[in-house]
Amino acid sequence: MKPILDVKNLTMKFGGLTALDNLDLDVREGEIVALIGPNGAGKTTFFNCITGIYNPTGGDILVRGSGKESIRINGLKPNKVTQKGLARTFQNIRLFPNMTVLENVMIGRHCRTNSGILGAIFRGQSTVREEQQVVEDSYAILEKINLSQFVDELAMNLPYGAQRRLEIARAMATNPFLLLLDEPAAGMNPQETAELDELIVWIRDTEKISILLIEHDMKLVMSLSDRIFVMDYGKKIAQGTPDEIKCNPIVIKAYLGEEMDA
Amino acid sequence: MVTLEEIKKSFLASIWFMFLTFPIMVIRVNTVQNEIEWRWKNMILIGIASFILSFFWRNLFRQKIKKGKQKDPSENTEKISIFQKVLKEKKYYYPGTVALCFFVTGFPLLFSLYQINIMITALIYVMLGLGLNIVVGLAGLLDLGYVAFYAVGAYSYALLHYHFGIGFWTALPLGGLLSALFGILLGYPVLRLRGDYLAIVTLGFGEIIRLILENWNEFSFGPSGIANIPRPGFFGIKMSLEGHTIYLYYLMILLVLFTIFVVNRLQNSRIGRAWIALREDEIACQAMGIDKAKTKLTAFALGATWAGMGGVIFAAKTTFINPASFTIWESIIILCIVVLGGMGSILGVISGAMILILLPEYLRAFSEYRMLIFGVVLVVMMIFRPGGIIPDIRRAYKYKGKETH
Repeated sequence: MKPILDVKNLTMKFGGLTALDNLDLDVREGEIVALIGPNGAGKTTFFNCITGIYNPTGGDILVRGSGKESIRINGLKPNKVTQKGLARTFQNIRLFPNMTVLENVMIGRHCRTNSGILGAIFRGQSTVREEQQVVEDSYAILEKINLSQFVDELAMNLPYGAQRRLEIARAMATNPFLLLLDEPAAGMNPQETAELDELIVWIRDTEKISILLIEHDMKLVMSLSDRIFVMDYGKKIAQGTPDEIKCNPIVIKAYLGEEMDA
Repeated sequence: MVTLEEIKKSFLASIWFMFLTFPIMVIRVNTVQNEIEWRWKNMILIGIASFILSFFWRNLFRQKIKKGKQKDPSENTEKISIFQKVLKEKKYYYPGTVALCFFVTGFPLLFSLYQINIMITALIYVMLGLGLNIVVGLAGLLDLGYVAFYAVGAYSYALLHYHFGIGFWTALPLGGLLSALFGILLGYPVLRLRGDYLAIVTLGFGEIIRLILENWNEFSFGPSGIANIPRPGFFGIKMSLEGHTIYLYYLMILLVLFTIFVVNRLQNSRIGRAWIALREDEIACQAMGIDKAKTKLTAFALGATWAGMGGVIFAAKTTFINPASFTIWESIIILCIVVLGGMGSILGVISGAMILILLPEYLRAFSEYRMLIFGVVLVVMMIFRPGGIIPDIRRAYKYKGKETH
């Protein structure tokens, strides 16, 4: 199967520092792929390069939505990347704190709608219909993610776990084919992590969205992922199925420590 | 409850104030007789005054903290002002609106020409405030050079009339358009900037426009300005000065209503949401597929449009303009209107403009202390009502459910 995200020789240099060094990675349709590595390995930099927040120094990032030609997305602006069908969440939650939960998700629908200034002023039929559709679509996503009870709450008043899920809901509202989750389980309790595990699998199976995630929670990574990529100092040091990674001596040395109990 | 601790603190404050004001309030050098006067009476007065003030001030703070503690566990309704509560009640809403309509239409009949003129000025500021509210209140871009667009509007009418004989009604949309163009011109280079940096650049932009107008004599006639700008016409009917003023008043009311209508619609639209998202978190906003550049530029352009139209009306009202009307001070007044009234809130901006423009006119007796009162009001407001007089409450989007269609 052809990969929907194909990253080749990706290099990112900040002055003299090489944050990403000839990295290769691919995600196939319907897969959950995890990217792991010690702190400072360059995982978030990798995400930032893919989603257009950084412009990579070298290499290719190719994406292919369902049945389409592959497109090189290096150096595209973040909003263009999102329009192509890649949506992300952030390591440190970046919701719109003073907007309601529903409005947060509605922002995700922005790039799939197109009423302009004149539409807003005259509020013609098509604009009204589009707005109503946005509200309904957003509400439907909230229901699916199990956040509909908070619909009119301000995002900043949500409990931590719900804020994490709202970020996922907001990303899903952009109709992506690949969801990039940056440490979705950070700071969650075991109960919330278990719910997240279910949610991610559900997104993959029901919504048909492939997933690339960065995560430190080994239990979650091992149970969720189809394949795992391991990074250290900006380089890929291993890739394979969870079982292969578990036994890989380089990974154990670089990342998991000498004893392995995950 | 008065404790010894409180008295001690106020006493210390009063000593501090006596010390601070000592050089200017107590010592006076009499240059004629070459001697120094010691005005100890002043010091005592200041001591007593600051003691009492500090005492009350502390008391107010205690109450504020107490109130905050009481309200914490309940829901977050404390932001809703009494005014908004009244508006929500249908019982008060309709009679209130009708009374307001009567007052607004009857205003020129009830009051003198002088008052109508002041009211027109206040209405121009309402328009400016609503325009700046798009940029500062919604999109969160601190613009300290807003007066530049006001100037562009005013000068475009004045110059277009001078050179081409263009009338008010053609100049009004043209002034708005030209200002919008300048908004984009300013917006483009500052796309990457935020917060303080943006404020400084826009401040510089405002000054540049003013300096150009002041020094480019061939273009703008420099500090001597442009005179004999015609007042707005009404199908070529000749009117007296009074007629003109009353006409301009109703015109302004209509334009303000138009502004409110448009700004309100923009605020509750896809674009308005994008502006607010941009204010809340720029990076997340981009990552969610919103074009940052386009959104910022529309905010600048649409904000500037109202300033441009305000400028055209200002030129038509005063029939004379020169660069002295477009100083940084104007920008600050307009910004104060937005902040004091309530950022992002249309009602707030209107009340802010009314208070900041009308009060100084009616308090001419205290005009020497105007700046002092102004400063005190701002400080007190920011402490006790940081959200403004009427804080922003956005329309909540309602999910209508599937059975409605």
